[in-house]
Amino acid sequence: MQPADFFFYVFAALTLIPAIVVVFSRNLLYAAFSLLFTLSGVAALYALLGADFLAITQVLVYIGGILILILFGVMFTQRVYDVRAEAMSFNRRRALLIGVVVFTTLWGTARSVPWPSGGQRALAPTTTGLGDLLLSRFLLPFEVISVLLLVVLIGVVLVGKKEVEE
Amino acid sequence: MMVGVQHYLFVSAVLASLGVIAMVSRRNAVSILMGIELILNAAALNFVAFGRYGPETAATPWLSGQIFGIFIIVLAAAEAAIALAIIIAIYHARASINADELQELRQ
Repeated sequence: MQPADFFFYVFAALTLIPAIVVVFSRNLLYAAFSLLFTLSGVAALYALLGADFLAITQVLVYIGGILILILFGVMFTQRVYDVRAEAMSFNRRRALLIGVVVFTTLWGTARSVPWPSGGQRALAPTTTGLGDLLLSRFLLPFEVISVLLLVVLIGVVLVGKKEVEE
Repeated sequence: MMVGVQHYLFVSAVLASLGVIAMVSRRNAVSILMGIELILNAAALNFVAFGRYGPETAATPWLSGQIFGIFIIVLAAAEAAIALAIIIAIYHARASINADELQELRQ
């Protein structure tokens, strides 16, 4: 087994085992902290796939931004040590069934389709290529996303402000 | 067996179905948001894996997969910000963010 393959299995375990905790933990705070490991595992998988810029972006935006937001959300709205605040209570069996169906569909497709291969690609920095693509071929989505971020910025302030006035 | 695109597809299929389970079974709105984050991560992982292992044409350079990953991360950040603003507004109005208790749109 090559070292890269070994690291793939390590990072896949680092991604999937905490993800199970995220879904099934009764304590919301534990779930949020497990999400930290899942997101770091995905970032490591990105690095293994040669996506260096994306791995750093994942750490900065997901772990540094979204996860902090989610932790704030948990701590603002939950009495963390309240035992009664059961996180998972309804539709458990049906949810498991739906999850199994989704997984069999996805994995059945992924396993049976002979995906075309593009051969091995050498590991190289991707930042220059990504910048070129963002400002040439993907310029329109790039601009649309910047407008979207502006709208989100204003929208979040409006939603958050309304309840202060009351 | 060398690690190929199917290994990554397996990881992302497990992540996506765990996210679906979280979305269906959790009552707490923040937990549902965590499930959505899992699904978005699974989708982005698929894009990047296909970009690395798939064929490359002049119209679709292999870095396109990573571009999609970047867009997904940006959209996830926007979605999380909006969702948490709404969740906190609902919490101030109702003192509860259980999804099954939120059945009406008015105050």
